[in-house]
Amino acid sequence: MRLTAGESVASKTSRDVLSRGLGVLRQAIREQPRIFAVAVVGSVLFGGMIIVSARVVGSVIGEVALPAIERGEVGAGTLALAATALFGISVLRVAGIFGRRLGAGYMQYRLQASYRRRVTRRYLELPLSWHHRNSTGTLLSNANSDVEAAWYPIAPLPFAVGTLVMLVGAIVSLFATDWALALVGLAVFPALFALNVVYSRRMAPRQARAQRLRAEVSGIAHESFDGALVVKTMGREAQETARFAGRAGELRDSLIAVGRLRGIFDPLLETLPSLGTLAVLVVGAFRLRQGAISVTELVSVAFLFTVLAFPVRAIGWVLAELPRSVAGWDRVRRVLDATGEMPYGQRVLDPAGAGPATLTFDDVHYSYPPAEAHPPGAQVLGEVGFTVPSGRTVALVGPTGAGKSTIASLAVRLVDPDSGTVLLDGVDVRELTSASLAGTVALVAQVPFIFDDTVRANIALDRPGVDDEVVWAALRLAEADGFVAALPNGLDTMVGERGTSLSGGQRQRLTLARALAGRPRLLVLDDATSAVDPRVEAAILAGLRSSTAQAGVPAASILVVAYRRATIALADEVIYVEQGRVIARGTHSELLATVPGYVDLVTAYEQAEVERAQESSYGDDVAPLPSGLEIEVDR
Amino acid sequence: MSATTETSDTQEAREETTWQTLRRGLALSPELRTGLAGTLALALVYMVGRVAVPVAVQQGIDRGLVGGLNLNVVWSVVAITAAILTITTICGYLMMRRLFTVSETALANVRTRAFRHVHDLSMLHQQSERRGSLVSRVTSDVDQITQFLQWGGVILLVNLGQLVVTTAVMLAYSWQLTLVVLAAFLPAVFVIRQLQRRLGTAYATVRQRTGTLLGAIGESVVGAPVIRAYGIAGRTERRLDEAIDRQRLAQQRAIRISIVGSSVGELAAGLALAGVVVLGVLLGVDGTLSIGQLTAFLFLVTLFIQPVQIATEVLNEAQNAIAGWRRVLDVLDVAPDVADPGEQGRQLPGGPLDIRFAGVRFAYPGGPPVLHDINLEIPAKSRVAVVGETGSGKTTFAKLLTRLMDPSAGAVLLSGVPLTDVRFDSLRSRVVMVPQDGFLFHATVGDNVRFARPELTDEQLSAAFTELGLSDWLEGLPAGLDTPVGERGEALSVGERQLVALARAYVADPDLLVLDEATSAVDPATEVRLQRTLDAVTRGRTTLAIAHRLSTAQAADEVIVVDRGRVVQRGPHDELVRDADSVYGLLYASWLEQTR
Repeated sequence: MRLTAGESVASKTSRDVLSRGLGVLRQAIREQPRIFAVAVVGSVLFGGMIIVSARVVGSVIGEVALPAIERGEVGAGTLALAATALFGISVLRVAGIFGRRLGAGYMQYRLQASYRRRVTRRYLELPLSWHHRNSTGTLLSNANSDVEAAWYPIAPLPFAVGTLVMLVGAIVSLFATDWALALVGLAVFPALFALNVVYSRRMAPRQARAQRLRAEVSGIAHESFDGALVVKTMGREAQETARFAGRAGELRDSLIAVGRLRGIFDPLLETLPSLGTLAVLVVGAFRLRQGAISVTELVSVAFLFTVLAFPVRAIGWVLAELPRSVAGWDRVRRVLDATGEMPYGQRVLDPAGAGPATLTFDDVHYSYPPAEAHPPGAQVLGEVGFTVPSGRTVALVGPTGAGKSTIASLAVRLVDPDSGTVLLDGVDVRELTSASLAGTVALVAQVPFIFDDTVRANIALDRPGVDDEVVWAALRLAEADGFVAALPNGLDTMVGERGTSLSGGQRQRLTLARALAGRPRLLVLDDATSAVDPRVEAAILAGLRSSTAQAGVPAASILVVAYRRATIALADEVIYVEQGRVIARGTHSELLATVPGYVDLVTAYEQAEVERAQESSYGDDVAPLPSGLEIEVDR
Repeated sequence: MSATTETSDTQEAREETTWQTLRRGLALSPELRTGLAGTLALALVYMVGRVAVPVAVQQGIDRGLVGGLNLNVVWSVVAITAAILTITTICGYLMMRRLFTVSETALANVRTRAFRHVHDLSMLHQQSERRGSLVSRVTSDVDQITQFLQWGGVILLVNLGQLVVTTAVMLAYSWQLTLVVLAAFLPAVFVIRQLQRRLGTAYATVRQRTGTLLGAIGESVVGAPVIRAYGIAGRTERRLDEAIDRQRLAQQRAIRISIVGSSVGELAAGLALAGVVVLGVLLGVDGTLSIGQLTAFLFLVTLFIQPVQIATEVLNEAQNAIAGWRRVLDVLDVAPDVADPGEQGRQLPGGPLDIRFAGVRFAYPGGPPVLHDINLEIPAKSRVAVVGETGSGKTTFAKLLTRLMDPSAGAVLLSGVPLTDVRFDSLRSRVVMVPQDGFLFHATVGDNVRFARPELTDEQLSAAFTELGLSDWLEGLPAGLDTPVGERGEALSVGERQLVALARAYVADPDLLVLDEATSAVDPATEVRLQRTLDAVTRGRTTLAIAHRLSTAQAADEVIVVDRGRVVQRGPHDELVRDADSVYGLLYASWLEQTR
């Protein structure tokens, strides 16, 4: 949004941007003072050598070449001295370049690395609710391009600082030479400086617009290719291409606008110092006639104007990058300053020998953090209370959107309740250490997440004590050992985006194995076998049920979100939720007898069968009831 | 993996020279040639401006300052030069304007063409590439070319010209001094060529490590719930830190090489200046060189070093841009293996469609056969369920039927017309598939539903939801049809996304509807309701449902059972379940066990 602001807004706030941009630069210098000093010393040396080289060239022409040509003879010593001086200046300039560019580069890269580290640390510390409020794309660019943009001006900064010093030196040196020539300098240098500033100021919003359009073009491409299946099967390639072409056309126009501006200013920036040199020739000729200056001085000043143009542009580069830098910095700071992390406590639950854990929800309320699809504060859960006793299996049943996944997230403390408590073995989960919590409970989510790594790493996650034997045991229990063994490199096969692609069911079974490998005392399954075939799922559940304590996997309490009757049947108790409230709890048969919503949900297939049977007994030619009406009756 | 990509990149580079890529690129975008001669002529005039000042200095000194002051001469030299500079500046502007307009226009066309081409590639091809790499064909690869043209390209063009024009002026003044300058720069050019190669590898390493870093950051963002639930923040931090540091070290290495490159150019310039002074004074003493010419030479040497100094950087940028261009061209060169017959193709006959699989076999490239010799006929207006275990090949049916892929052998025919002969516009408007993962675009619910038919009004969409029995669900949304669904629909639950996807297919009004586990994530009660309403609204059309829950099979007119790539049973549900030991019998027994 900020970038869509037009040029007028940009110039109105440009003073603000300038001062804030300088603030960012100050921050950079505070963090890397030594390396910055090295870079500036190098840059000043370089700039100083430019002035010195102009004087030396002047002297060589005026005091060596001119007398020699006039006299028709030259001393070898003088000539050698002139050559040595010119080459010596080059060597010193090289030293300056090394200091300046190495310092600036290292400073920029170090700052980038340091802030990438800080931003990603923050990602790991901030709660999931914060993650949900930000799109994946935003978080990726915060850690990547925003950090980069914040420190872009660092690369030309030492050069610009050195150039400022050099400009002052040049003016002083000009006044020391001749006041009339110095006045030419006083006219040309500020003009050059001003031209650079105007150029950067005009360029910044155009560049920002191009950058924004680039991101939008990329966004369309990402989305369109992600949805390629839908685009293809609905034959919308032409319309998608038109959508893409529209934005690509805007990008083209904005890049042409950038180019036109370059077309105006680049030749002007070259021509201005040339005109300065011409002015020096005219003024110098007058002063030469007056006897106020020598040829040496005239040539040296003319040369100075020629070599000065390039360094002055460094100031423009810094100024041009400032708006982007400030925008990037703001976004980085937003992450670093975000509050609301979920601190872990100090308590540790007795790990081994304690048997399966007890999970208790005590009057838990939860509302969505403000996000675009939900009105702020929409309540998801209210007055939720239940217990999963040690070693028991509890099924969580309810229609789509009832809040089951939220309960699962609360149980493993991915989010904290607004009020009420979630307790493990009687201890508030907020008092537990991260390690103790992760060692006690494991969640298998509805949508499996696979790291871009080997099968082994995906399951073991470098957790202590999870060796290949444990991994295989977990895979067996998750009914995943068969397909993993058949993979080209077994446990060493790369999976994830860059590896072998797995089917949805295979991914779910891998994440199940990941949970089991940690030997949790409470297992939370959030519809975690939805993509697994019924027969395979039955085998997994039977295994979980009978084998608690088998193959190195100790017995666990289980909270399972389920639709399937077989899964529910395995549970000792069923909790039925609707619209964020616990409507009923009891055994499956108790709920069947007393809760109509529950009956509708779990016997949907049977009812359908019965109705079908009735319909076919009426005969096939009887038209079905208008469907909408039927739904109304159902409800 | 990334390491291998890198080597294959360099191998490619050896297979096709820069020149060949440029020729291919120009052949594809002939508009790049538009007005090229004029642009080059303007560039040449622009470059004359660069040597105007040294020439003016020489003329001014020799004819106006030394050996008797003549202010009039100085005046006229300055006036003429100023006039020349004005003209060259304007030419510079015109040159850049033409260059940018032509190149940006051409590249925007390439970008759009590549985008369309990626969509035209088969599902198979799209899946074999990382999604991200396809995106970069139409984004960063093209960006690399345009950025090069805007910065490096102009610099390269102008500096090459500057090198030529400067050399010409130097030769006009003194061939001996020109030789000195060239002799001083020759070793530098050789060293810089070497360095440039190393710099290319160094930048490639930076790119590769940046890719790894982005992957690591992505995992820490997308995998946040897993990282938190498993308490593996420490492990993630270590991986991130390693990736961050490795990228930084690569960047530092690259800048070191780059600095050495420009230092070599700087030293060569010092050497050239020293040589010019020594020889120049000696020539002056001999009377073959004037003081003004010697002065002009010192100016010209500084003009000469600029191109050499920036050569390492610009040539690298050029190589990256060429590599980007090559990648774009390579994508455009992949012939779509599932091609639209276009104008020559046939329209599907009107009315309900029947389906025929004639000797269809299918195998993924290099993989084992997925389907063996399938022969099937499905009459029009029937509702068929395809069932089978994971990996049995049932989803392949849906992909072949919608021509997302072509069979390895045999043919799929709709109402007697082979699918390969059917025009895509006809096929896509008559045959619609609802995939399992109900991908939604970052827009509102309404916009997603009218994806295939943008002309539908809100009233018509609401009516469609009512017909599907989903009006209650729609009304429960915060803003009804105007509710945004978030990136990829992630603001909705998985089941809700499937509902929207179903509505989207429904309003597309197809004659053959293919459902690929389209309701796998909704609760049973909703599923059953949807099933029944779908039965009603699709009556009179042909429906093929890939079923995961056997409730779908029970409701179908006919069930096709697939096992290990073969059709092993077909018939109505009631008939098939009679054989309890058959594949279907066992599947159904397991289903009953699950749901009863």
